[in-house]
Formats: sequence, structure tokens, C-alpha cells
Amino acid sequence: MQQVSETARDPAPSRLSYRMQRWMLTPGVRMMLRIGIPIAVVFAVTTGFLASEQRREALNQFVAEIRSGVQDRPEFMVSLMAIDGANINLAEDIREVLPLDFPVSSFDLELEQIRGIVAGLDPVKKASVRIRPGGILQIDVIERLPVVVWRDRRGVVLLDETGAYVDEIPSRTERVDLPLIAGHGADKHVPEALALIAASGPLSDRVRGLVRIGERRWDVVLDRSQRILLPADKPVRALEHVIALSQAQDMLKRDLAVVDMRIAARPTIRMSSEAVKDWWQIRELNGSGQ
Amino acid sequence: MTDLYQSQRAMRQMRHQAMQRGVVAILDVGSSKIACLVLRFDGTGRLSEDNSIGSLAGQSGFRVVGAATTRSRGVKFGEVSAMQETERAIRTALQAAQKMAEIRVDHVIACFSGANPRSYGLNAQIELEGQVVTENEISRVLAACDVPDYGAGREVLHAQPVNFALDHRSGLADPRGQLGQSLSVDMHMLTVDGDAIQNLAYCIKRCDLELAGIASSSYVTGISSLVEDEQELGAACIDLGGGSTGISIFMKKHMIYTDSVRMGGDHITADISKGLGVPMTNAERFKTFYGGVHATGMDDREMIDIGGDTGDWEHDRRTVSRAELIGIMRPRVEEILEEVRARLDAAGFEHLPSQQIVLTGGGSQIQGLDALASRILGQQVRLGRPLRVHGLPQAATGPGFAGAVGLCLFAANPQDEWWDFEIPVDRYPARSFKRAVKWFRDNW
Repeated sequence: MQQVSETARDPAPSRLSYRMQRWMLTPGVRMMLRIGIPIAVVFAVTTGFLASEQRREALNQFVAEIRSGVQDRPEFMVSLMAIDGANINLAEDIREVLPLDFPVSSFDLELEQIRGIVAGLDPVKKASVRIRPGGILQIDVIERLPVVVWRDRRGVVLLDETGAYVDEIPSRTERVDLPLIAGHGADKHVPEALALIAASGPLSDRVRGLVRIGERRWDVVLDRSQRILLPADKPVRALEHVIALSQAQDMLKRDLAVVDMRIAARPTIRMSSEAVKDWWQIRELNGSGQ
Repeated sequence: MTDLYQSQRAMRQMRHQAMQRGVVAILDVGSSKIACLVLRFDGTGRLSEDNSIGSLAGQSGFRVVGAATTRSRGVKFGEVSAMQETERAIRTALQAAQKMAEIRVDHVIACFSGANPRSYGLNAQIELEGQVVTENEISRVLAACDVPDYGAGREVLHAQPVNFALDHRSGLADPRGQLGQSLSVDMHMLTVDGDAIQNLAYCIKRCDLELAGIASSSYVTGISSLVEDEQELGAACIDLGGGSTGISIFMKKHMIYTDSVRMGGDHITADISKGLGVPMTNAERFKTFYGGVHATGMDDREMIDIGGDTGDWEHDRRTVSRAELIGIMRPRVEEILEEVRARLDAAGFEHLPSQQIVLTGGGSQIQGLDALASRILGQQVRLGRPLRVHGLPQAATGPGFAGAVGLCLFAANPQDEWWDFEIPVDRYPARSFKRAVKWFRDNW
């Protein structure tokens, strides 16, 4: 009945456990256990997993599958394209120029790139592209409106108010409603041409067109082969001057070939050869008569 | 003298390091229990301007974050008697305290009660070189104290200047900057057996700890148990420990005398064990539950089962009355107190202006001790408990923890000791010249 008494039990920790506990209480070690070891384990596992080519590929494939699984959901699919604000020809051009085969996932559509392509088309002034609910690729287009017909050696084209190319037409007669300009470099000065055309109001039924001379100044060509030579500087005022003269003295209704306004202070006219002959005859008659 | 300077300064250096790290362990190596507290220093605690202990007793700068006690093994009479056992006990206490604090502690300040403390009063007087008392003059006067021959194998544990006198003005706490002709100092020096310190230091070193300070248990008990006026006017603190009873006399906030009686609570327990024929653990339980020093008529009727493990029915059903237990305890308690009385008389305690006696330590919890003590020691006897310090667990607020709490205060606000002052300048050249000569003689 010999009992082990209370005092025989020594609660002292062993040297090892004492040192271990002190070591575990060291701040650096605690930090390492809390942060360092988890990081090391995660790093080691990741490295070990990715060490094999096969597993890397499988992982990539797995990621790609999940990705496409989400992207190809019907909620994200775009099945048709709607084009607003473009005429039939332009719409066809747009459909032709955009290499899309529907249905396509909206993740694969680069809207900014599509917008750039559409806006790069000549007849398009502005384009906005968005994906409408219901899987529709909506392209809103503002077309360029042709305001003048420009004829030069290469053919007949339509220009808008900024001089940008809109379209090519086979002949001038297709768009007789638009004024005609001609000459090399005329497309770069369309606003000025428009101002001249607007200023030629009283003569508008006689104006055949404007010709750019020497990429420098304008000639107004009227019917009966009459020309008004305008200066490079302030041509609108010169034209208005001519119109005023014409209205006051019916100048342009007379038989003259050229009104030369190139020096604004000294308007000059050139008569046609017939008129000169007539004039000589009249002078002779008058001279003999005096 | 140089060795002492160096070892004590090394410990002081270690304590500065611990303060900078902010964590230090307090280890009270007693004969009955080993208490360990872990202190965290916030660095805000300062002594007030007049160098007195302030309203928070200078303990606002630290906080107890871990506390543990363990039954002491291998310590007898307050000295290490079995190194391995003591080391294991220290390890137990420290591990538990560290676990509670969740901080690793590297520096430890220890106190112990045994090793025959002996007090010496030193004094010295010098003529000032200038008119003004400078640090160097204080160093000189401290160095001028002629150290008594305290015996081989003993070490100085404390050496505190307790009083400065300038010409005929005495009682100066800090004479620096004052004008005068001659400066004299009174110093209290406490020596203990060097082996005891070495053993304790070895045990602590075996626990991978650095010893950052060592103090006498009776001194630190006095710091924590005496209130301010008692320390100022003169009082004795009796620390009734397990293996020894420490006596410290305080005057003008300085300890002026220390002694110890190599008897304590363990002897009372041993008496009970022998007298009743029971194991020491049972005797300890009877002492704490039923013990006392004044028997009344009621105690004759209160029977205690003292039992036994022999299997013999008669032997295992023994009972004693409480009066018998008290009858065993009282002579031993009286013997201890009379021994204390003798020591106090030898120290000239009756000449102090106030003769307050404070009983503390685990042994002071014996019922009726204050009445018995006032018959032996004088009328002004009270039971003391240690000060409250921040974060101290309720379990560690009893009188048995007076030493540990006092050591906390000692760690937070150490008193200037001899070795805190610089070695006087005029000593350097002679010594270094002597060393140079010795080096020459050894090498050529």
C-alpha cells in the first residue's frame, strides 16, 4: 500500500522543452512560424506542382477551359450586328470590312478596334460601337454628306464640307444638285469654295463651277465661257465686287470674256474677240462720222 | 575591490540592457517557494524630484505581465544546496511565467535570503580640494572608506552610501554642488558568502538566463513592506521566510542594518512533523490550516485527524487537538522571535527614534503571531503586506510575495550603490602604472 506521494512528482520541464519554449517565444521565431513557414510551404508546393511540363500544360488548359466556359455562355454571345445611320452601300461596306463570324463571345470583341476600322472608312464621319443587351453589336454611324463635286484628271469624286473624300461617281451628271469644283488641290480648299458659291447668289444660275488655278486662287467659270479671275487674297470680296458691278452696269451680260480681279484695286475686263471687232467697227463708223 | 567593481558593474550593464529591451524577470529564490514575476517596463517611471518614493511608490513605470510560483527544491536556509534541483525549480517557475507573459525573458534579477548576511558600517572623511562638492569628490570620499576585513570567500552584495555630512551639517542625501571644507560619508555594506552567490549565478546561467542583478531578500522585503514614514523614521522589517528569517532596519529611507536568523517556517513544520509523526507535507497542511500560537479552551476540543498511510487502523486514525498543535508550534515561533530580538538588540535598534516592527513573509500568516510578537519584540508591531504593483495577480499579493514585489521596486528604482560612482581619477595612473610595470616584468 505504498503510495507515491505528491512531492515525488516534479513538475519541472525538461531542459529540452524549456529551451524549446523559450525558442518559440523569441519574436523572430514567432514571426517565422506565423508568416515565413506558410509562405515557404505555399511556395514549395507551387514550385513542385509547376515543375512538370505536363502539369503546367494541364493547368493552362484547365484555366483556358474555365475561361471559355464562362465566355461562351449564351448571356455573353453576340449573334448579330446592327448598323444605324448608314445607307445600304455603306452598311455593306462595313459588314465586308469587319471580319466577324457570328455568334461570337463579347469577350472576344475589341470594340475600340472595331470602331477604329469603321471610322476609317471614307464615307464615315463618326462611329460608335457598343454591345446592346440581347447580344447585338450596335454600330451607330454618322455619314459624311457630299457637298461638292470635284473633278480633276483622275475622275469625278464627291467631297464633304471639310474636303474629305466621300465617294466616287462615274460622271458629273449623277449629282447635278451639287456645285462643281475643279483643278489640282481644290479639295483642300472646299470651305473657301463653298463660301464663294454662297456669295455668288445672284449669279448662281450662270455659275458653271469653280476652278483652282495654280493651287493658289479661284476662277469662277460662268456659261458663255466667261471667267471671273479672283485674287488669292480675299476672293469673296472680289466676287461681291464683281457682282455689284454686274448688277449696276449689267457687265456680265455683255460680251466680255474675262473679268480680271487679281489686282483688287484695278478690275480689268477682257472682251471677246467678236466684241472687239464690233467695237472697232463702231469706232470706225463713229470716227468717219465725226 | 576591482573584481567587485567589475562584476557588479557588469550586472548593472546587463540591467541597463534589460531596461532597454523592456522585459526583465524577477526571481525570488526562497526555501519554501520560488516566485518568478515578469516585468515589462514602459520607461515612464521616475522618482520624484526630492528623491522620495512618490504616490504610486515609483511603480508606475512597470507592469507585471507574468507570474508563477513553484515549490522550491534544493534550497535550504535560503541557499542553494542542490544545484540540479534548484535549476529545475527555477526553470519551472520561469517557464510558467514566460508562458503567462508570452514574452521571452533573457535577463533576471534574483534575490535570496541566506548566506549569512553581515552588515558593516563604513565611514570616511576627506578635505575637499575645491570649495564645491563635485562628482569626483564624492567618488573620492567613497573610495576613502577603509573596507574592513570581511573575510575570504565573502562578497559585497550591497554597499550604499546612506548619509553624507559636509563640515558639521549631517543628513545630506545629495551634497553635490554644495560648498564646504570637509566631506564625510557613512556607508552601509552588506557581505554574504561568495559561494552562495556563485551557486545561484550558476543555476541561473544553466537556465540560459543572464543575471542582471542580485539583491538581499531582507533588503527588498523592507522596500516593499515598509511604508514611507516607517522607512523615514526607522523601522525593522522581519521577513519570516521558509528557511531563514531576514531582518532589515531602515532609517531615512536607507537600509542601515541587515541580519538573518537561520530559522523559519520550515523548522516549525519540521517540529510538527516530528512531534506528531506525520510527513512534512501533511505537517505543512496542518500548520497552515490549524496552526496558531495562542491556545484557547476551544482549541482543546477541536480535534484534527492526522491520519497516516501505514495501513494500520489505529495508526491511521490518530487525532490530535488543536491545542497540541499550537503547543508544538509556539516554542519554535517564540525561539525565532527571541533570536530576532537578540539581533535587533545587537544592532542597537532601541536607539532609533521610531521602533516600528513589521512582520511579513509567509510565516507572518500564523494566527495570533502579532500578539506574540508584540510581547517579545515590543509594542509597535504590525503585520505587513507588500505594496500593490500594476498587474500583480491576486494570488501573488500575500505577505509571502513581499520579497518578489520588493525586488520589482528594486529593479525599477535601484538605489545608488558604491559601484555606480566612477572610480576616482587619481587612482587610475597608479594602477595603470603598476600594471605596466607588471607587464614589463612578466614579459622581459
